[in-house]
Amino acid sequence: MAQVLIANRLSDGLVVFLAADGAWVESIAAGVLIDDDRAAGELLDQGLADADNNLVIDPILINVTVRDGTRTPDAIREAIRAAGPTVSVET
Amino acid sequence: MYRYDEFDQQLVNERAEQFRRQVRRRMNGELTEDQFKPLRLMNGLYLQLHAYMLRVNVPYGCLSARQLRQLAHIARKYDKGYGHFTTRQNIQYNWIRLEDAADILTDLAAVGMNAMQSSGNCVRNVTADHYAGRARDELQDPRVWCELLRQYSILNPEFSYLPRKFKIAVTGAPKDRAAVALHDIGLRMYLNEGGEPGFEVIVGGGQGRTPVIGKTIREWIEPEHVISYVEAILRIYNLYGRRDNIYKARIKILVNALGIDKYRELVEAEWLQIRDGVLKIAPEELARIDAYFQPPAYEQLADQDTEPSQLHDADPAFAAWLQSNVAEHKVVGYAIVNVSLKSPGKIPGDLSAQKMDALADLADQYSFGELRVSHRQNLVLVDVKQSDLHALWQALGALDLATPNIGLASDIIACPGLDFCALANTRSIPVAQDIALHFANSTKLQHVGDLTINISGCMNACGHHHVGNIGILGVDKRGQEFFQLTLGGSSDEHASLGDRVGPGLPQSEVPGAIERIVDTYLEIRDGKDECFLNTYRRCGMEVFRTAVYGPAGPARRVTATRQVA
Amino acid sequence: MSTLIKDNKLTEDPFTRIGVDDAIPAQGAVLVPLATWQDHREKLLRRGEPVGVWLKSDEHPEIIAGDVNHLQLIALEFPTFRDGRGYSYARLVRERYGFEGELRAVGDVLLEQLHYMGRVGFNAFEVDSEDALAELEIAARDFSVWYQPSADGRASSAQLRTELKRHG
Ligand code: SF4
Repeated sequence: MAQVLIANRLSDGLVVFLAADGAWVESIAAGVLIDDDRAAGELLDQGLADADNNLVIDPILINVTVRDGTRTPDAIREAIRAAGPTVSVET
Repeated sequence: MYRYDEFDQQLVNERAEQFRRQVRRRMNGELTEDQFKPLRLMNGLYLQLHAYMLRVNVPYGCLSARQLRQLAHIARKYDKGYGHFTTRQNIQYNWIRLEDAADILTDLAAVGMNAMQSSGNCVRNVTADHYAGRARDELQDPRVWCELLRQYSILNPEFSYLPRKFKIAVTGAPKDRAAVALHDIGLRMYLNEGGEPGFEVIVGGGQGRTPVIGKTIREWIEPEHVISYVEAILRIYNLYGRRDNIYKARIKILVNALGIDKYRELVEAEWLQIRDGVLKIAPEELARIDAYFQPPAYEQLADQDTEPSQLHDADPAFAAWLQSNVAEHKVVGYAIVNVSLKSPGKIPGDLSAQKMDALADLADQYSFGELRVSHRQNLVLVDVKQSDLHALWQALGALDLATPNIGLASDIIACPGLDFCALANTRSIPVAQDIALHFANSTKLQHVGDLTINISGCMNACGHHHVGNIGILGVDKRGQEFFQLTLGGSSDEHASLGDRVGPGLPQSEVPGAIERIVDTYLEIRDGKDECFLNTYRRCGMEVFRTAVYGPAGPARRVTATRQVA
Repeated sequence: MSTLIKDNKLTEDPFTRIGVDDAIPAQGAVLVPLATWQDHREKLLRRGEPVGVWLKSDEHPEIIAGDVNHLQLIALEFPTFRDGRGYSYARLVRERYGFEGELRAVGDVLLEQLHYMGRVGFNAFEVDSEDALAELEIAARDFSVWYQPSADGRASSAQLRTELKRHG
């Protein structure tokens, strides 16, 4: 099962994903994609450490499906978090 | 309107600085998220799905043009150029950075506004009739009491860690536009036989996952005692409200557990100890605050002939707007104008910074610079000359703010739902948009008349679905969004909770189901004067259930769906 | 490491905390649980040493309302900082039962709450902090105006306004 680590950044609250170099990035495509339990555990530990270091809030692993190279979280909630609101806002 | 004096000003300035320090402590790790969360919540700052959300208090819904311009400024400078008006008469910004939050509080303080206690387990922003001080049917202007309650509850040292949040609403009119029976405390002003004003005190109402219509704890209390009585209610709640389960911590659960008579006994005993103490409202303080709510300099005018029927032929669109969006003012020659934030297809309650500015200008030009926010997520210009109505209608129309639908089926309340809210089960905005667009090109809504549709994206009921004539509750079924309908809810002086129609529907089927409900109503109503709610109360659920699920009921439908799948 | 602040000063705690099952020592100030106070009231008074009673958040101080003149200390426990019963208790202890001794907040007491606690009548705090005094000073400066009259006796903004008008 493919997974990514998602969180909100402490400083601005934006949705971020943990990338391979340990940075938190705003695009799900740039985050690490893992598919085994050991890697998942390590990724989560890294995220929790960053939560303790006051970089992010509530890091969690979420399941994603990759189709044609596009990663979409399986749960609607996480899909909306990753892609933004489904309604267009007034500007 | 109330204006901050040096004391109020100093307090909000100090609060902004305190929060700046708390944010700094959070950023450098002196506070954990667990410790910081209640602090940021008491400053109105939530973490939502995509960013922080800041909820700014609009005290009892009253807003000046100057304040609205500042709200526009904040939307532009710190957010994505818009804001969202809520069912608690407040405004929310969806895209706030923690690093900016204290600066925003400072900007708010500059125009006498704040975000204090707009969240957290404390007394929230007091809400009121959005026509307060202006409605023709009003007995007493409740705003001075709202302001006294606001001051009493802000940073109250005893009641800042209540078992759960606490909401107070006040009305001074027989027609209840403030949903007082659905608040932790509802205050209904009326005149006794001697013509003296006083309050009926209602306690333990609320929505959420356990909706309850409040019960009268006291038929009558003199105004000078209202704060001490509220303190007695709060103290008993603070001492005995449950703290072991957040879903059972609201005052309504305590009142139900003890029974209203026992609760009353405890409150009365407590109140006897404090009623003649420092909280008794001093006449000079009352007079000081009351002075802020003196009416503006109205001209001596006569009522215009604005009977919609007479205007109808000449200008049907204007007539429709007058019919639904304009309400009677207590001063002859003036009118109350509702500004619809419910143009079909838009997000209910959203307003861009540019339109906020434009509306502030219109308020200055036509309404003594004063506006209101309604709990149905619209804005109100409270002091418009009837002779200006046509010009104002055109100006609002140019801003797409003159949809003639106030109180009609497309004036939908919708909470932010899963597009923004971290607690949501389902989206609610797209459902509102679908329904409003479904009816956008038909004149049916005008025929249907008064009909409230309220949508919540989860059991927390921020979209007031329990008290919508038609309520819609989003539920999650195995990862899919479904919507349960309820009928017969109402938040007015005859408040009632809606009854569930049946199993949830997928989003695509909701507008059709609503249309069938509406058509059924049009068929069976007892003449044009029987509104949807009364027809429902007379005829009951069955006929509407059949309209939604067909004569065989929901069971067959479910089987059929299974076969298809 | 918890630190005791009393009347804005770092203080060495003179009270020995006694558990429910502990024997009462022959000498020295003691802080006892409610049950011990109820069971050994006379004995504790006869010792002629300062006595404090420790109340948990579900123990209403009304139980000891008649005894406050015999006590030098009342400690109100906050099992979590979210449990706000202690704020109401504190006001009752000060304003209704007339207790004038040390009113101490113990348990999960956060710096951010000291301000409110001071206002409802606490004058001593047990806090977990290395730099408690400096923090207390910051917290004490948070606000200089208040809307509500409370147990600390400081004037509310409404009272100040009235004053201002009389003199101005
Ligand atoms: S009702 Fe639920 S989904 Fe809607 S705003 Fe409230 S908590 Fe969020």
